[in-house]
Amino acid sequence: MMEITGLRKIFGKGTINEKVALANFSMTVGDGEFVTVIGGNGAGKSTLMNCIAGVYETEEGKIVLDGKDMTTMPEHLRSQWIGRVFQDPSKGTAFDMTIEQNLAIAYGKGKLRGLTPGIKKSEVDFFREQLVLLGLGLEDRMKHKVGLLSGGQRQALTLLMATIVKPKLLLLDEHTAALDPPTAKTVLALTDRFVSEHGLSTFMITHNMKAALSHGTRTIMMHEGRIILDVSGKERETMTVEDLIEQFEKKAGQELDNDRMLLG
Amino acid sequence: MPIPLLVGSVEQGLIYAVMALGVFLSFRTLNTPDLTVDGSFVLGAAFSAVICSGGGNPFFAVVVAFVAGCLAGSVTALLNTKLQIQPLLAGILVMLGLYSVNLRVLGGKANIPLMNIKTIYNSFDGTALEAYGEILVIFLVISFVLLLLYLFLQTKLGFALRATGDNEYMVRASGINTNRMKLIGMALANGLVATSGAMIAQYQSYADVGMGLGMVVIGLASVIIGEVIFGTKTLRRRLIAVVLGAVIYRVVIAYSMSRGLPAVDLKLISAIIVTIALSIGVISKYLLKYYKRFAMTTLGKKLIPSPRAKATPEGGDQK
Ligand SMILES: Nc1ncnc2c1ncn2[C@@H]1O[C@H](COP(=O)(O)OP(=O)(O)O)[C@@H](O)[C@H]1O
Ligand SMILES: [Mg+2]
Repeated sequence: MMEITGLRKIFGKGTINEKVALANFSMTVGDGEFVTVIGGNGAGKSTLMNCIAGVYETEEGKIVLDGKDMTTMPEHLRSQWIGRVFQDPSKGTAFDMTIEQNLAIAYGKGKLRGLTPGIKKSEVDFFREQLVLLGLGLEDRMKHKVGLLSGGQRQALTLLMATIVKPKLLLLDEHTAALDPPTAKTVLALTDRFVSEHGLSTFMITHNMKAALSHGTRTIMMHEGRIILDVSGKERETMTVEDLIEQFEKKAGQELDNDRMLLG
Repeated sequence: MPIPLLVGSVEQGLIYAVMALGVFLSFRTLNTPDLTVDGSFVLGAAFSAVICSGGGNPFFAVVVAFVAGCLAGSVTALLNTKLQIQPLLAGILVMLGLYSVNLRVLGGKANIPLMNIKTIYNSFDGTALEAYGEILVIFLVISFVLLLLYLFLQTKLGFALRATGDNEYMVRASGINTNRMKLIGMALANGLVATSGAMIAQYQSYADVGMGLGMVVIGLASVIIGEVIFGTKTLRRRLIAVVLGAVIYRVVIAYSMSRGLPAVDLKLISAIIVTIALSIGVISKYLLKYYKRFAMTTLGKKLIPSPRAKATPEGGDQK
């Protein structure tokens, strides 16, 4: 379970460009809950993820994961429990290393990285089994460099890397936004499978309103660094994209301005 | 090229290859150009010369040099990661500081000669292999360094180090402390550089406070020459390419000098070689662009007189 209380993040504090990106943000995410996050440009969605992951320090507030206070923990320590997939497909993998080497690095999470062989024989077989599950034929290209893969293949691989050591929390920041629609669909389907198979608590930022409702168990809408809508259960099941937009305009008092936002 | 000159430059090339492997580690593996090299090379040479001339074991001198180099590299890494000074500037600062340190190590003198002193190259003296003592020792050392480095880069720690140069986001997301990786990488890189300096000092029988000038450029030249000629396909090939690159660089320089290249122009030539090597990608892009334009305007009209010639630049491209 993750509890975020009173989180505050200000960029450029004390300058004319001061920007409150997270304003007193609080929420609790239960075990196995799959939250989809939507909101206009600059609503603070990515900032939220980066604060949870430890990329940014926060001004105020607390982040507690399974009873452990992570608020001041450095990014690499939090990563033991947090899996991440970025919007930019090139961010999730080491391009000059092979598929199996990338997997080995991800698989080493939380373990000592000493002078033992980077990949053990038994691990190669395990990685191959895992790659088969992606259904992209990557199991036959384990010794190929990741730089040769397409964006969709990389995102699928990054997803596998983010979950190969079961994380307590999975963070996905528009991880399909850079992909063409069919590939995005494949990666989304994989996401659903990984999340349900491992029962992962998940945050998924998406620019696709329909996907926000059709995936996951709960949807939050962000505006100016806070939650303006939080739906789950029965209410969410019957909700349509039109309802979402209407809700947004009512709560935010303005039109939704995300130019990349997909309604269908 | 006379044989002794060739042998000599191959020997020197193999010693400088240890330095080039260090530069490879920082420049390619960590993706950070590290200017500490000019100072840490001399640091190694200085410790080597002082210990040897004091009657110490010459191998011990090399080990001390390695450790000293590691410390120098650590300082650069810490300036970068803890004080957030840009890597280039951090390297320059440490290089400058090392100039004083090196003078101190040399006992305030600008150089120390090592005449009639036992060095690592005397290891086979009194055996049947005495005549080949130098090349044997050098060959053993470079093989040892290559093997260790190759094995190291295949370990879990080595993977983490390599990935740090590739993509820091991914590395931190995998639970790895990138600052620690930079520290380890920079330390090892400068340890190798100092080892090379220590070996050169014993090889040429003196250490001089100015002997490191432009060393980083020679290292880069070796790395790039190796890559251009031997490729970058596998890690093993890359490492061997660096060694061969260092040897080729030395041999070419020795040959040019035997053909009358004045020693004063050496640094300029090195700088030009590295400039060309670093910009080969960009230059070929420019050339291609000019060629395309040329092909479209001049050749295109002549070869494809149809009015659609301009709309199909690909057509002109293939001519
Ligand atoms: N590194 C940064 N430096 C300064 N301002 C930033 C930074 N990152 C985000 N911001 C600002 O914070 C606000 C929230 O940004 P972000 O979280 O990226 O929004 P979203 O992901 O919802 O589109 C925006 O106004 C943005 O300009
Ligand atoms: Mg964003």
